[in-house]
Parts: sequence; structure tokens; C-alpha cells
Amino acid sequence: MADPIHQFEIHKIFTLGHIGNQEIAFTNSSAYMFGAVAVVSLLMIGGSAGRALIPSRFQSVAELSFEFVSNTVRSSIGEEGMKFFPFVFSLFMFILTANLIGIIPYTFTVTSHLIVAVALALMVFLTVLLYGLYKNGLGFFKLFVPHGIPIYILPLVTVIEVISFLSRPVSHSVRLFANMLAGHITLKVFAGFVTSLSALGALGIFGSVLPLAMTTALTALELLVAFLQAYVFTILTCIYLNDALHPGH
Amino acid sequence: MAEGQGKSKGADHGTAAHTAADGGHKASFPPFESNTFASQLVSFAIAFGLLYLIVSRLALPRVGGVLAARQQVLDTDLNEAAKLKGDSDAALKAYETELANARAKAQAMATEVREKLNAEQEQAKAKLEESLATKLAAAEQTIATTRATAMGNVRSIAADTASAIVERLTGISPDAGAVNAALDASLKG
Repeated sequence: MADPIHQFEIHKIFTLGHIGNQEIAFTNSSAYMFGAVAVVSLLMIGGSAGRALIPSRFQSVAELSFEFVSNTVRSSIGEEGMKFFPFVFSLFMFILTANLIGIIPYTFTVTSHLIVAVALALMVFLTVLLYGLYKNGLGFFKLFVPHGIPIYILPLVTVIEVISFLSRPVSHSVRLFANMLAGHITLKVFAGFVTSLSALGALGIFGSVLPLAMTTALTALELLVAFLQAYVFTILTCIYLNDALHPGH
Repeated sequence: MAEGQGKSKGADHGTAAHTAADGGHKASFPPFESNTFASQLVSFAIAFGLLYLIVSRLALPRVGGVLAARQQVLDTDLNEAAKLKGDSDAALKAYETELANARAKAQAMATEVREKLNAEQEQAKAKLEESLATKLAAAEQTIATTRATAMGNVRSIAADTASAIVERLTGISPDAGAVNAALDASLKG
């Protein structure tokens, strides 16, 4: 049976250079990252090229993505959050595109790698932390001291708040990474059943209809998950950014 | 790969990880292979930085501009439509006012004409009546004159007739004074 892990392997395409002793290579993962960037750029710039009053389908997709993300940012952070709109939009479109490209057979899913998800989540975490401190100064730490809590349990609540704040990048990244990884492994396992069953002869081919149907259904589910995980990542980013802007509970 | 081997030992190790994955030999689970992390992070930093630049400098201003332009066109069109509707409402009102005025004027005119005609008619009628009355009076006078004349004639005829009757009966021509006295007595009776 086909190895379900094989799709996550990283191959070097060429070496870019070295940092210390570590080789920095341009890999298949890099290619898919730049591919996602190219797709997003093409969609947004190509989509707005016509500048039509009545948009074409292509232009409509660009405008819908714009409005979807801008509405998400505006509703969860408010008008002042719009300065983060390019950042949130880049995050959403990058994750969504990488996820969607990953569903195409024989492709590589950038977001199924822990380090990419961690990089995305840490970027959000550091943005929240640094912008929160820059904007509110020490007032940012009011985030950990909720209002209306009796003084005798306040230390406990504060400790819990700090832990929950620090664990945000972990849950934020692992949610995306684990969903993509698990979905793709499941897909590959069921798709592998189809090939190994059909190798068994006529009865096997008949029997492989079931896993094939399952694979089809899972692909549909993965489409949903690809969108949903991008959206969840984005909405959590907005919620965290909202804390940076308004640290008081 | 040969290049990687030519470098330091660490680089050799990094390449080995890539090679191991290439060979399909499961040294470890690919997403946890820490040797690939640096490469991925560098690629991710460049790719995401590029995407952020493209999105913030090019893509979003363009799409935002298209949306804003559309909103402006919609607002302008709606305003114009509202203005035109106001104009048409005003025109309709003006038309209705004009119509009401014209109707009132026509009615006034009709009343005036009717009154004038009535007055003329009355006048003509009065004139006619007057002339008729005059004529009637003249006629009555004529009748009275004629009657008086006739009455005078009757007396002479009666006298003549009485004289003739008396002459025929008695053979004597009566005295004119006696006839007149008899006539007077008879007329009085």
C-alpha cells in the first residue's frame, strides 16, 4: 500500500546557502509557498484588472475575498483594526490557498508542516504582544487581570490568564497543522485501499468502490476543512489582535 | 547534493535529512524533521513577506479602489434618481395645480356666460313685454275710440230707426226732440 506519509516529505530542489552550519535549501515546500503567493497575487491583481462596474466572475472572487476578510476584521476588531487588514488578509489567503492547493492529488500541503503553522501562529502572537505593548504600554498587562473578580481568587485567575495567553500560539498552530495533516493522511489511507484492493482481481475492483466513495466524500470534507481552518485561524487572529487593541476585558 | 557534501559536516547532515526523505526511508515523521525547519522558515519568511508586500501595496488598494468606485457610482446614481423623482413629483404637482386652475377658470367662465345670457334674455323679455304692453294699450284705446264712435252712431241710427218706425206706424213724422227724449229715457233704462 502507498505510504500515507510520503506526501509530507520535503525534497531539496537547490541550495540557497548556509546559515552557520545549517543548509538553507529551496525545497518543494518553498515552491508551493511561492505558488500560493503567486495564486493569491494573480487572483487579486488579475481580478481587479478589469475594474468593471459589474464584476466578472473572476473579479467577483477577488472582491468577495476582500469583503469577506474586511467584514471579519471590522466585526471582530472594529474600524481601528483595519490597519491589520493587509496582515489578516495575507494570512487568510495564504492558508486558504495552501490548503486548497494541497487537496489537488500529487501536490504538497504547506500548512501540514508543523514549522509553517508555528511560524504563522508565532507571527500573530508576536504581533499581538509587541503591538499591545507599543500601543498600551504596561496597560497591556490588564489583559491578565480581569475586572470584577474577587481579590482572593485574583492571583489564581491571573495565573490562568497568563498560561492561556502563552498557550495561544500552541493551540493556534497545532489546530491548523493537525487538521491538515490528519485529513491528508486519512485521504491517502482510503485512496491506498482503492489501489491495493483493485490489485486483487475482479472481486477486489468491486470491493474498492466503497473506499473510492469514501475518498470522494473525504475530499469534499477536506475542501470544507481547508476553508474552515483558514477561517478559524483568521478569526482567532482577529480575536487576539482585538486584545492588543483593547486589553481591558 | 555533491555540493552539500563538499561543505561542512553540519551542512552534510542537513542534506542527509533531505536525502533520507528522498529515498523514502522513514527515518522520522517528515513534519517533525527538524533539519528541514530552517529551509522552510526562510522560504516562509520570504514568501509571506512578499505576499504581504503585494497584498498591502498592490492588491488591496486596487480591489478596495474598485469597490469604492462602485459605491460612489451607486451613490451618485441613487442621488440622481432621487433628484429626478423629486423633479417628476414637482412636475406632477405643478400639472395638477395647473389643471385645477384651468378647471376653476373654465367653471367661472361658464358661470359668467350663463349669467350674461340670462341677463340678456331677461332684458329681451322685458323689452318685448313692454312693447306688447304699449301695443295692447294702443289697441285698447283704439277699441275704446271705435266703440265710442260706434256708440254715437248707434244713437243716430236708433233715432233714425225710431223715426222711421213711428212714421210707418202712425204716418206722422215724429218730432226730433221727442225721439231724442225717448231715446235718452230708453238708454237710461
